[in-house]
Order: sequence, then structure tokens, then C-alpha cells
Amino acid sequence: MPDRSETIHQVSENAFEVIERPVSAWERFYANAALRKMVLLLVLAAIWEISARWIGKPLLFPSLSETLEAFVASAGPLSQAAAWTIVLLLKGYTLGLLLAIVLTAIANVTRIGADLLETLTSMFNPLPSIALVPIALIWFTDNENGLIFVLVHAVLWAVALNTYAGFRGVSPTLRMVGRNYGLSTVGYITRILIPGAFPSILTGLKIGWAFAWRTFIASEMVFGSSGGKGGLGRYINDQSNLNHISDVFAGLLTVILFGLAVENLIFKTVEKRTVRRWGMEA
Amino acid sequence: MNTGLNFSAPLLRVEGVTLQYQTGQRLIRAAYRVSFSVLRSDRFVILGPSGCGKSTILKAVGGYVEPIEGRILLDGTAVNSPGPDRVFVFQEFDQLLPWKTVRENIVFALMAGRRLQRGDALERAGHFLAKVNLTNFADSHPHTLSGGMKQRVAIARALAMEPRMLLMDEPFAALDALTRVRMQEELLELWEETKSTILFVTHSIPEAIRLGNRILLLSAHPGQVKAELNCPGPTESEGVARILAARIEELLFDRKVEEGGVHA
Repeated sequence: MPDRSETIHQVSENAFEVIERPVSAWERFYANAALRKMVLLLVLAAIWEISARWIGKPLLFPSLSETLEAFVASAGPLSQAAAWTIVLLLKGYTLGLLLAIVLTAIANVTRIGADLLETLTSMFNPLPSIALVPIALIWFTDNENGLIFVLVHAVLWAVALNTYAGFRGVSPTLRMVGRNYGLSTVGYITRILIPGAFPSILTGLKIGWAFAWRTFIASEMVFGSSGGKGGLGRYINDQSNLNHISDVFAGLLTVILFGLAVENLIFKTVEKRTVRRWGMEA
Repeated sequence: MNTGLNFSAPLLRVEGVTLQYQTGQRLIRAAYRVSFSVLRSDRFVILGPSGCGKSTILKAVGGYVEPIEGRILLDGTAVNSPGPDRVFVFQEFDQLLPWKTVRENIVFALMAGRRLQRGDALERAGHFLAKVNLTNFADSHPHTLSGGMKQRVAIARALAMEPRMLLMDEPFAALDALTRVRMQEELLELWEETKSTILFVTHSIPEAIRLGNRILLLSAHPGQVKAELNCPGPTESEGVARILAARIEELLFDRKVEEGGVHA
């Protein structure tokens, strides 16, 4: 047997202090997600520009610089179309959210309400909103109301389904804690159930937004032009009919920029301030 | 002067309580005609194997489960719903609200049901966080804490609410053995300061002996009272505790008990 002595050490009281280490510029850059993505976007832009010039058919595939030129030149009509799209989109999105809240609330209070929500979502969630456009064209003489109808369908089921799943997923322990506090029913729902279900609710909002945005651009093209007003979908369609390809690309670029902005500025910020801070990321 | 309260009367009386719950098609009887009384400042431990319905009994005292027979009286009034006068500490680490910081978890518990103003609630939260040595973590969110720290916050929150009874459902069962022993010591220190009435559920015989001053032994399937024993408390010698542990084991495993102790 080897002869090993026992040792006992004096443990430092302030071993908990922060150890500082200089961070190199590269490490600081690499840790910044926004910067990383910006660089990625620049690279993609460069690839676009180079490949378009190399192909050399601006009537089929305009380069980034040509697209940007068209973008600046038709800034007026483009921003008008974008504003029209956003306003109508927000109307439809809000209406869809309100209906989703009502439906989920009923589903949470009564069993028949839950059955109703489950049945309706399993019926309508797989139904593409675009498939409703022909009916909307017949039912609504007004383009705007027809589009809102299609939008509501796109938003409602995704949000209701996720919110409902979120409520059901709140852990039994949290529910018991909430009831232990002596909260009122309203307090229990707003201060325990909704924050507890928030990760799912946020997912529902994101999916609902994505559905709404796609559906809207697509159905606008089908609704065609009646009256002078129209949105981005109409703009893209019209420019395509006129063979203004760089304007078509400018319209598509606007659609992409809006998608990027909403995802990265609005939803990412909400996510960072809520579910990530709470350690509740799904 | 007669205050209307008789301090020698039991705080909690459980009288002939039978509890059932339904899982799918089957009706399961969790406890059968269980009776016991808890006095003020008791550290009353319900001890039994899994399936003896001890957690269900605690939930019934908490007002989450309704007895199908018998009654539960707190200070002479029947218990029929959950309330802040009987605060639960659960085994699960997710009993803190993840969207609130440690401090706000306690403040929210104190302000819910409009029982305290924010200023008073903040002050009391700070006081109890200091008691469980978590002042430095007051502004952290729960998911950044270790399991033991989360349970400390839950205990601080429960004590800050100043309930008439603390209902603890195996709060240390999910902790590692070293942390568990420390938490037991800390709980006893807190009890020395506050003299709160504690109803504590556990399946661990050493934990029951270390924490309790009175132990209710339950048999399993369904839970029935097997014995109600006095416990000498943590200050007594190792030998006394060992004899009590052996006695409890004999009672639980249906071995013959001999008068005046155990022959191992």
C-alpha cells in the first residue's frame, strides 16, 4: 500500500470575486448577434449584385443597385402602398387577436367551449387562407373588408390554438401557488395564467403575424385593382404587368425589409425582455 | 380578559377524514378515516411510504381537495378553499413565478389579495430574504438560482406571508443530501425565531425525527393512522433518535414492537 498523507486546506473567503480578462475586438464582434447578422446580410447583398451583373439580363434579374435605384425613384408610390398594407394588416391582425382571446376565454371557462375551440381549430387551421379569397370576393363588395376577412382567418386559429395550449401547459404547481395567494378570478388569470402561458402566446403571435403577412400580400394580388388604392401585393402585380422588373424587385425588397424589421426589432425585443429573461424559452 | 381564542385548543383538527381522487376510470381512496390534531407552534410531521396519501391529506388541509367524509377545522372553522392563511411550500422547484425576481416573488405574494401596501411588502420581503441569506440574489430571476436557493426563497415567501400554518410537502426531497441537511437545520433555526405552526410531509424517517416534535405514522393503500408519536427534538442525543427510528421502522413494516424500546 502506498503511504499517502491526508491534507486539509484553508479555504479562501473571497474566492467568489470576479475574474477579469481583456476581451479582444474579434470576441466582442463575434458575441454580438446583430453585428454577425448584418455582416451576413452584406455578404448576401454582394452575392446578389455580383451574380446579377454576371448574368447580365436586367430585364429578368436586376442587380441590387438597379433595384435600389428603382426603390428610391418610386419611393412615393412604394411608401403609399406599404402604408396601406400595414394599416389594413394591423386591423386584421388586431381583430383576429380579439376573436382569439374571446374564443380562448370561453374555452377556458366551459368544457363545451374547449370542445368548440378544438373542433374549430382542427377544421380551419389546415385550411389555407388563400382558399377563402374566392368567397371573400363574392361576400364583400369592398376590397378592404374582404382582405380583413381573409386576414382574420389567417391569424385567429394559430393564436387561439397556441394560447389555449399555453394555458393548459401552466404547471399544476404554479396553479396551486396562484390559488394559495387568495387572488380574485381575474387576478388569477391576468397575473398567473397569462404570464405562465406567455411563451406559447408569443409563439402564437409570431406564427399569426407570419401567416397574416404572407396571406395578405398573396390575396392582394388576387383581389386586383378596383379604385385607386392598393398595397404592396397590388404594387408588385401591377409593375410585373407593366414589365417594370426592377420595380417588382423593389416591391419584393420592401416586403422582405418589413418582415426582417418586425421579426428582429419587435418580436426579438419582446422575447429578450420576457421569456429569455425569465428562463422560459420553449 | 376573554379574547375568544383558546390557545391550548388545537389549531387544526382533522376528524375522520376520508379522501378520494379519480384517475381516468378508477376511483382511488388516498386516505381512510384519518384523525389528528395540530397544536400551535407544533412541528407536526406526517410520515409514511409513497401511496399513503400524505400529500393528499396536506392538500385537503390546504383546501385543494375536499374530503368525502369527516371534516377539517382550522381554529374551529371548516376549511373549504385555498387561502393565504395556510401557505404551501412544494417539492417542485417551479413553485416560484419565473417572470418575477426573487424579491418580487415575495412582494407579489404579500400584495395579492391587497393585504399589504407595496412599501411594507418590500420591507418585509427584504427582512425575510436576509433571514434565508439571499439578500444578494434579491434581484435575480428564479431560473438563475440553484435548487436549494429556490426552496429557500419559497420558505422565505411562505414565512413572510405570516400564515396560521405552514404546509410543507416534501420541500427538501429533490435536493442533494448535503443541501438537505443544511436546509433542515436552517428551517429549525427559523422555527426557533418565529415559532410558526408547521405541518410537514415526508417519507424520510431521519428527516421526520430531525424536524418533528410530533410524528403521525401512516400505512399505505389507503392511508390510515398507524401511530402518533412524540419526538424528542433535534437537541436530544443520537441514541434516543436511533431508538425512535427503529421503533418507527417496526411500526411501518409491521414487525413486533416490544415495550420500552427496541432490541436490534
